[in-house]
Amino acid sequence: MITNESRRDFIKAAGALTLGVFVPQSMAQSGPGRTIGAFAGTPFTPNAFVRISSDNTVTVIVKHLEMGQGTYTGLPTLVAEELDADWSQIVAEGAPADASKYNNLFWGPAQGTGGSTALANSYEQLRKAGAAARAMLIAAAAEKWKAPPSEIRVAKGIVSHGTQKATFGELAADAANQKVPEDVKLKDAKDFVYIGKPAPRTDARAKSNGSAIFTQDVKLPGMLTAVVLHPPRFGAKLKSFDAAKAKAVKGVVEVVPFSTPATNGVAVLAKDYWTAKKGRDALSAEWDETGAFRLGSAEILAEYKRLAVTRGASARKEGDADAALQSAARTFEAGYEFPHLGHASMEPMNCGVQLGSESCEVWNGEEFQTVDQAMVAQAVGMKPEQVKLNQLYAGGSFGRRANPHSDYVVEAATIAKAIGARAPVKLVWSREDDMRAGYYRPMYYHTLEAAVDAQGKLTAWRHVIVGQSILTGTPFESMMVKEGIDATSVEGAANLPYAIPNLAVDLHTPKIGVPVQWWRSVGSTHTAFATECFLDEIARATKKDPLELRRALLAKHPRHKAALELAAAKAGWGKPLGQGRARGLAVHESFNTFVAQVVEVSRRQSSFRIERVVCAVDCGVAVNPNIIAMQMESGIGYGLSAALSGAITLKDGVVEQSNFHDYPVIRINQMPRIETYIVPSSEKPSGVGEPATPVIAPALANALLALNGKPVRALPLSNQGIALA
Amino acid sequence: MLSLNVNGKRMSVDAENDTPLLWVLRDHLELTGTKFGCGMSLCGACTVHIDGAPTRSCVTPVSAVAGKKIVTVEKIGETRAGKAVQDAWSAENVPQCGYCQSGQVMSAAALLAANKQPSDADIDKAMAGNICRCATYPRIRAAIKRAARSLA
Repeated sequence: MITNESRRDFIKAAGALTLGVFVPQSMAQSGPGRTIGAFAGTPFTPNAFVRISSDNTVTVIVKHLEMGQGTYTGLPTLVAEELDADWSQIVAEGAPADASKYNNLFWGPAQGTGGSTALANSYEQLRKAGAAARAMLIAAAAEKWKAPPSEIRVAKGIVSHGTQKATFGELAADAANQKVPEDVKLKDAKDFVYIGKPAPRTDARAKSNGSAIFTQDVKLPGMLTAVVLHPPRFGAKLKSFDAAKAKAVKGVVEVVPFSTPATNGVAVLAKDYWTAKKGRDALSAEWDETGAFRLGSAEILAEYKRLAVTRGASARKEGDADAALQSAARTFEAGYEFPHLGHASMEPMNCGVQLGSESCEVWNGEEFQTVDQAMVAQAVGMKPEQVKLNQLYAGGSFGRRANPHSDYVVEAATIAKAIGARAPVKLVWSREDDMRAGYYRPMYYHTLEAAVDAQGKLTAWRHVIVGQSILTGTPFESMMVKEGIDATSVEGAANLPYAIPNLAVDLHTPKIGVPVQWWRSVGSTHTAFATECFLDEIARATKKDPLELRRALLAKHPRHKAALELAAAKAGWGKPLGQGRARGLAVHESFNTFVAQVVEVSRRQSSFRIERVVCAVDCGVAVNPNIIAMQMESGIGYGLSAALSGAITLKDGVVEQSNFHDYPVIRINQMPRIETYIVPSSEKPSGVGEPATPVIAPALANALLALNGKPVRALPLSNQGIALA
Repeated sequence: MLSLNVNGKRMSVDAENDTPLLWVLRDHLELTGTKFGCGMSLCGACTVHIDGAPTRSCVTPVSAVAGKKIVTVEKIGETRAGKAVQDAWSAENVPQCGYCQSGQVMSAAALLAANKQPSDADIDKAMAGNICRCATYPRIRAAIKRAARSLA
């Protein structure tokens, strides 16, 4: 059975063995038993995560990318809690690339953001960082006031003893001379001041007045903007190009061919984007397409359907599903189709690079520091430590900026090298470039068969998944693809929580030339839909209530059950609805977070409307209920875009979509009302960035099944003639 | 040389006439609050005010706005509606990744400048051209209503 823990171990091992970047943990300049040493005016830096300045600012160094999911609020909350800081003095700052200090503790020695791990892996680390700083401030005050440390209090950023009071800023210089404590005691949950409360986002103001800096906004002296021409088909190679027309555009500075392990093409550089784009649009190029991918989506699907009837690699086998299916009183079967999906973050991919003789400096919304450092180093012929990464806000990512080949980052570095490092380069992809560059959520086809006995009890479940491997061909392949099973292809299916005695999950992993990548909630984007929709089809056919059917099968999975029951209760599950209305539900665990949703729909002539979404989430300790609700809303909106109309399709190998007119996404007038409820929990916190996404499509499809009596077996709905009113 | 009125200042720009206002603001005038999202007037990230009207700067040639009053997100906070919107955006914790929010703020500020008490339908109409991939829409709606209350 595949669990999240095994994934963490895989990545840990992958980082150490494949990338060869292991760095011992204890390289921080300060450490237990040592003093930092400082003079007046120098900020107090008790550890790699906290910096307290004499102006009373507490800067929390955040090791995870802020791409919307709230790391610059959630992680500082952990420090503020144990430090007893005042929230108004907290400032968040992105960490540099330094895996010796800022590695993801669930990924071993690698630094990066993904798998909804940011808060979960930092929970104790950052609380300890805050507690250590607090202990040193207390020690400084004790020395100054000649008072026993045990009598000194800290609250809301003020250190006090009797009538004596000092701010953190006033004590910072003295605190820097105190010993870093060997061990610190963390607060009991009952004493939490910030954890469990809705601290406001640290980045809301800067992101409302235009002052927040994204990669797109980076400007260095003499910087050139690069706009690129990529091949029209994946796998094509540049044969020849004519730069004359591009160079004839006034302001074009350079036209250079480039080639990276991920792609190749021609870059046009100018002082500004518009000039470079005009130059790029004027280019003519010829491509060698002997190795190009030339299938269409319909042909890929036909091949996947052919594979689905054959035996694949076994991802889970319990009992004898084949025998149980043969001897069953009644059987069911269904096939489910899923298209390629683009991430389509609001900020198209881009990257700034300044290449020097001794170093390569990168400006990027960095999601995968350790991989990007290694890949850029390889591209420019340096050592990883010579690659300096400057962390910026990312205008969305949904997984795209953590590319295992560092595709766009290496492209920027390669172009900087191709122009002889004569100027800093900012690579800017247009929306069309971004949408057609590949690295999609793979296409999948699933078949499911199930058997029930004479009493209607489920006795067998047979699930076959067909789709490309995300990890094959990446640095993670050797560790995360085992015996033909890419863990990301079967997650959510191979760990099906329902108690069914005979259960088999098989996987086929065809190799096709479309670059693919993880997409918000990864394998669960398709496995949750196939499993939860199939279960509802069985419930309907056997005249069982979808909630009761699941409850009976979840006896050994109390967290799934509790989330489901909370969502159902809040949604009024079972209460009669008016004519032309129906509800549907789904529950799914991803990244150790349990989410249940109930969708209420109404019929509007030939279309429908989503009246309400009720979402229940169990993510362990709820560090910031407001951020959790935001991520549930965001995940639901992102999942709805894909469910309603998301599809990247190919024709003769060419991507048919290019921009938001042919890859529509949800807009404010289509967004449903969402209510979020949090299951009270004292379990360690787990992530919330992804787990709401996979649940909405099956909950919606199950509501449509209840409304129309017809199952949804292919996404997006727009391709099935189903649209929102 | 083109002469522009941006955020109340006269500015000279050496750009081709067909250059979209978006790139003049971003690359020539270094006003990077206005964002590039689609280049086809499909997402609204590039929204600015031209003589008070919300306008997609990615498809507006710079030559078409010479002599007109251009206001960007950097200065909209100096208007009553703009300040109310920005304050409400913070109070409701609207932004997530934040990349689309300059455009959202500009569309919302234009709505409230013209309509002090927008209905849900008014909000849908004014804001449907602004995409947010983080789907902050429920909070955008709540923030517009909060800003409207503060302006009443």
